Amino acid sequence: MTTLPGAPHPYLREEHELYRSQLRRFVQKECDPHIEAWEQAGELPRALQLKAAEAGVLGIGFPEEFGGTGDDDPFYQTIMAEELARSGSGGLIASLVSHRIGSPPIAAHGTPEQKDRFLRPVLDGSKIAALAITEPGGGSDVANLRTTARLDGDHYIVNGSKTFITSGMRADFITVAVRTGGSGMGGVSLLVVEAGTPGFTRSPLQKMGWWCSDTATLYFQDCRVPVANRIGEEHRGFKAIMENFNNERLMLSAQAWGFGQVCYEEALAYARERQTFGQPLIARQVIRHKLTDMKMKLDAIKAQLDLLCWQITQGHMPVAEICLLKNLSTGALEWIAGEAVQIFGGAGYLRGAKVERIFRETKVLSIGGGATEIMKDLASRQLGY
Amino acid sequence: MKALVSVKRAVDYNVRIQVKPDGSGVVTDGVKHSMNPFDEIAMEEAVRLKEKGVISEIIAVTIGGQKNEETLRTALAFGATRAIHVKEDGEIQPLTAARALAAVFKKESADILLCGKQAIDDDANQTGQMTAALLDIAQATFASKVDIADGKATVIREVDAGLETLEIDLPAVITADLRLNEPRYLKLPDIMKAKRVQIEATNLGDLGVEAAPAIKVTKTAPPPARSKGVMVKTVDELAAMLKQKGLV
Repeated sequence: MTTLPGAPHPYLREEHELYRSQLRRFVQKECDPHIEAWEQAGELPRALQLKAAEAGVLGIGFPEEFGGTGDDDPFYQTIMAEELARSGSGGLIASLVSHRIGSPPIAAHGTPEQKDRFLRPVLDGSKIAALAITEPGGGSDVANLRTTARLDGDHYIVNGSKTFITSGMRADFITVAVRTGGSGMGGVSLLVVEAGTPGFTRSPLQKMGWWCSDTATLYFQDCRVPVANRIGEEHRGFKAIMENFNNERLMLSAQAWGFGQVCYEEALAYARERQTFGQPLIARQVIRHKLTDMKMKLDAIKAQLDLLCWQITQGHMPVAEICLLKNLSTGALEWIAGEAVQIFGGAGYLRGAKVERIFRETKVLSIGGGATEIMKDLASRQLGY
Repeated sequence: MKALVSVKRAVDYNVRIQVKPDGSGVVTDGVKHSMNPFDEIAMEEAVRLKEKGVISEIIAVTIGGQKNEETLRTALAFGATRAIHVKEDGEIQPLTAARALAAVFKKESADILLCGKQAIDDDANQTGQMTAALLDIAQATFASKVDIADGKATVIREVDAGLETLEIDLPAVITADLRLNEPRYLKLPDIMKAKRVQIEATNLGDLGVEAAPAIKVTKTAPPPARSKGVMVKTVDELAAMLKQKGLV
């Protein structure tokens, strides 16, 4: 049994809570009963995309004239991440809203025609978007990517490959970072590669967690992409990629908090119910202390998450703090999920327990969207160390 | 055609209800409240009737304190065209609510009152019926299907024996059962738009209704805790146990 937060909050208003209650109903009704089947299938059904659009999950923060909500209040985005996390499935979030990383460059730098073609059908749930940056030869080093795009008349000829691409198997529109110019960050452009383009192939990847999210390696071999599919100016793609990282990391922090909260609630309920040596687990001080430590960490993360969101509403972008919050939240989740499985004991090692899945899906949050080590480095540079 | 939809603010269905230690009621302070789920179904039905062009105006009405405004905002996000807040800080019992609704219904010259069959807080299941009686108009309760044409409503209602179909003249009161429809998800732009609508305020005195509670609650107690279940291995064992407990 879970209760919605009833305590007063300095930043959230009743409309935030109303939106949260709609999402909670969406997750309970449309997602929770099917997660296990989707995990086995290795992907989400397309029908879910349409339902999510209907429920107002996909349009948050995107321009109204292309089917978005037109509202840039970051709280709606973190509420969405927190509520989707209640499903206990990271794969659900990663794949259902992969457009949250694939589509922002189009929304920010695309022409009206490009938004009409590549954004509108994604927001109405009929098409799926993905982002392809990482290459087999390098991870966070965006400035040194090797996939090339050579101009040939009104087309680019793309050669190279991308890996760890979320929604990579299903995506209809993939925002791909390519090298159109010289070395370094000044030679990178963004192209939308459409499914079915000759010379573009993909293969699925098997993962530790996130099973219901289709992850792929993409291959481009003399793949001809129209110049009309280039997002923004040539050689100016690096900045467009970087712009969305703050938002992505904030979302990852909200997710990590949401999963931690699920672990805490699940462990608390189990500790109350599980009898050992004639007493419920919760009667043991050592168990109660684990639970209070979980709550202590979660409350601190949530306070910082909400503060940073509020600062963004005030026009301030706390870049270093977002990096550090990502580390704080994902690191805490690794510990919380581990302790939750420990409280569950053998039952926490069995497939089907939410804590078991979340435990397998902690590492990806500490790695994706900028690994912990990269985040520390970026934060220290931002802070002028 | 004009529909009135009554919406009640009730403790959220996700909340674990706790009885106050002194037995004077249940804990409502600091507890999440939302629109009574059966009223959401009534609201959804009204919006669908409006989308079909059967009705042209939906007036949401609530009775209660300042916080009931949130419930009206939810109704506006659903698609209510107007919202009336009957302000009353004291306890509101079914007969008081029915009198207030009847007064608003008359004042607005509404054609239909749609409401939930009951509220999930007290489960009284009285307000709709009482309102129809006070107005001396037809009623169809526990509706699972509603069709409106030519000044009549054809309502399929869920009764103990199965389904019953009624044809009633308008104006009428229709109360919504669980299977009437599935309320839509409220979209963020609609939630934001609802914030900007001016809510019309009135109170029981203006409506000529006296808030005289007719029912006195003497004690509130939680249901007895369920004892732990027993696993049986065979059907025979189950039958023997049920016999032993005198249950069959």
